Amino acid sequence: MTKTARNEMAVGYLYLLPNLIGFLVFTAIPIVTGFVMSFTNYNGYKGSFVGLANYEKLFRDTQFKAAFANNMVYSFVSVPLIILFALLLALALNKQLPLANTFKTICFFPNLTSMVAVGCVAMLLFMPSNGPVNNFLSALGVPEENLPQWFFSTKTALATIIIVVVWKQAGYYMIMFMGGLKNIPSFLYEAARIDGANGWQLFRHVTWPMLSPTTFMVTILCFISSFQVFDIINVTTQGGPGRATSVIVFRIYKEAFKNNKMGYASAQAYLLFLIILIITLIQWRGQKRWVNVD
Amino acid sequence: MTAIAHASRPHKRIRLSDVLIFLFCLLAAFVMVVPFFWMVCASFKLNTEIFSKHAQWIPEVFHTVNYEKVWNDIPFFKYFLNTAKLAVIITLLQLVTCSLAAFSFSKLHYPGRDKLFLAYLGTMMVPWHAIMIPQFIIVRNLGLFNTHAALILLQAFSAFGVFILRQNMLSIPDSLIEAAKIDGSSWFRTYLTIILPLTKTGLVTLAVLTFNNVWNDYMGPMIYLDSQSLFTIQIGLASFKQEFAADYGAIMAGTVCSIIPVVIVYACAQRQIVEGVAFSGLKN
Repeated sequence: MTKTARNEMAVGYLYLLPNLIGFLVFTAIPIVTGFVMSFTNYNGYKGSFVGLANYEKLFRDTQFKAAFANNMVYSFVSVPLIILFALLLALALNKQLPLANTFKTICFFPNLTSMVAVGCVAMLLFMPSNGPVNNFLSALGVPEENLPQWFFSTKTALATIIIVVVWKQAGYYMIMFMGGLKNIPSFLYEAARIDGANGWQLFRHVTWPMLSPTTFMVTILCFISSFQVFDIINVTTQGGPGRATSVIVFRIYKEAFKNNKMGYASAQAYLLFLIILIITLIQWRGQKRWVNVD
Repeated sequence: MTAIAHASRPHKRIRLSDVLIFLFCLLAAFVMVVPFFWMVCASFKLNTEIFSKHAQWIPEVFHTVNYEKVWNDIPFFKYFLNTAKLAVIITLLQLVTCSLAAFSFSKLHYPGRDKLFLAYLGTMMVPWHAIMIPQFIIVRNLGLFNTHAALILLQAFSAFGVFILRQNMLSIPDSLIEAAKIDGSSWFRTYLTIILPLTKTGLVTLAVLTFNNVWNDYMGPMIYLDSQSLFTIQIGLASFKQEFAADYGAIMAGTVCSIIPVVIVYACAQRQIVEGVAFSGLKN
């Protein structure tokens, strides 16, 4: 190795070092120790190995099972809704009608605000008695006794959370869809129009297939983030009423930091990791397929 | 004749479908704005005025009592300063550590470089929630529980930041760096005078996104901060809401205050933020 090459290597590692140390200490090492911890009954101070007991417990723990089921409902309802609204908004704004840029700015804004702020406002907007949402429903003629209790009923709490999250996130994925739409070459539309395609046919046979890589990616990102939902729930319902809005990360947080069952919580955390890993693997395999389609 | 009329039609006639689409956009924008509008109105009302059968949205008299309460009775200003301090320090540290690492990953050649970068990429998909427990134990063993240093250290190094800046730097031609080398420029001078100026867009995007993330972070401060004097704006607001659940006006005033900096950042750096979103889509 020449002197300049050695120098380049030294400089290379030196520049990497500040970030690398942080990366090792706060990301790489925790990935390993978290996994080890999931086989112990570590309580924050001491612990011993318990084999697979924590993972077995996951299947018996009714709290966790309820949270898991809620999270599944949350994911499989919120993700399609977010994608639907994000796509509709992107298609509509892509028409370049008047004020399109203003609308884009406005629709993206909720995404930048914190879930704490959004949760505080939502709690009041959805107040069952005389809150603005229920006042509006009353004005539409919904009888008093049929007004939803929103955050305060086991039947509607999760749905209310989903409404709030869809409202907040749609603008984020809208931006991604707009990026995807921009990449569709305009000659495809021109060719289809010459062939006499109408608006729906243009969407069905040009936009939708050409947008499918974006749709696929957005779906994956959206699913991954849906399995990490926590802030909005901790701010508004705290998992309640009952267990109606308890979700996976909420259980991890409770077990680790409130019940001091860090070993058990690590097993839950690794299950979460596994779920997200599976979604990511689906993405990788799917991406290869999409490339072939192109 | 008909051909001409046909060709000019899309420009002249207003189509019904366009009107409907416009109305849809208008409705969507309305739904997005209304909660914020209601929040601002409620923050200027007395608690008794906020919920009633025929509550007016815009208050007849603008009461500032809620804002006085938020600023005087709870240390909101302290929360503001704490959050601003964290956001500025973390953003600056990220810019330094990430840009140095990205420079190393993109423009310097040495054995093991690409393998390390792959490891970085691989960990980007590990959800933070999956490793927050071991992270917490490490931070506690370092004696940093209940300090701002804990949050700073955890967020000063970001794989995403390295990735976004490396992507930016890859587009800088190697010939520029070769030329600087021939001119006798040291690596550090090349980094300062060539790489950084040419990566400005990426740096600004990363800075804005990081700042916003730190400002809105809730779970991190909740886990690591115990003393009220260290609280950030988000946990300050959340704990205030917990404690005074019925003080609606004050909660709204606090929420308004917590959102104002976000509005300012958005107004100044909308393009970078939107680009950042488009980019975080690309990475996948």
